[in-house]
Amino acid sequence: MLDRSHIGHKFNAHSVEVEKGRLRFFAKAIGETNPIYSDEQAAKKAGYRSIPVPPTFPFSIDLESPEFLPVLTLLKMDIGRILHGSQDFEYFDTICAGDVITCQTEIKDMFDKKGGALEFVVLETAYTNQDGETVVKTSQSLVYRN
Amino acid sequence: MSDITIGTEIPALELAPISRTTLALFAGASGDHNPIHIDIDFAKKAGMPDVFAHGMLSMAYLGRMLTDWQPQSRLRKFSNRFATITQLQDVITCSGKVVEVVERDGETLARCEIQAVKATGEQTLVGEALVAVS
Repeated sequence: MLDRSHIGHKFNAHSVEVEKGRLRFFAKAIGETNPIYSDEQAAKKAGYRSIPVPPTFPFSIDLESPEFLPVLTLLKMDIGRILHGSQDFEYFDTICAGDVITCQTEIKDMFDKKGGALEFVVLETAYTNQDGETVVKTSQSLVYRN
Repeated sequence: MSDITIGTEIPALELAPISRTTLALFAGASGDHNPIHIDIDFAKKAGMPDVFAHGMLSMAYLGRMLTDWQPQSRLRKFSNRFATITQLQDVITCSGKVVEVVERDGETLARCEIQAVKATGEQTLVGEALVAVS
């Protein structure tokens, strides 16, 4: 059983500068061919400040923390037994290349199903830009196979 | 004003079969380096028959479908649960439709049910998106 006294734990915040090259690589990896996701001029023509990050890319910004998935260490979880249960994004503004985004993640809840065979860890992350504005919020659940 | 109403279908997006190369590229590009998606030895030790796709890869495909349909700046919420693991060689199709039109904070929003399914019809991702339509 995972230690539920960690509900409410806030992880160290970390900041990431969003890079154009990385966004081009991401677009290629998901087969995205709309030029606004790889070409800054096309993005500007479409009204964006620079290349916008695709809808799910904030998740990748969060993964840039110094330690990969710090929740695994805190809760003593084996990476081979986690699955992604659900993922929610709420957008207040579009993040673009050049933005510096600070991620702050908290353990919101932990519970189990199927008599403890599966445990769930709910993480919420707030994404704040260089002007101090919260631009995206996410909630995700990790499923742990016991 | 838009002609988006209840029942409007989002143009579907059919993907190429999931390959090991797709997973390797996505691991690097997304920053999700969990070896269970790229290292068959690790996957077997973890009790899986083979590596399998990142849930977030299929969610990125759903995102492509949404932004092919409407500009990303109109996307307000995007969520899904991961219902089934996507295996190598699965052919994923993303689809969705408007199920409700609501007013919120002075905006008209289309609430869309969205899904990713395998060729067998089995749902892998089931979710919803809120998109501003005016």
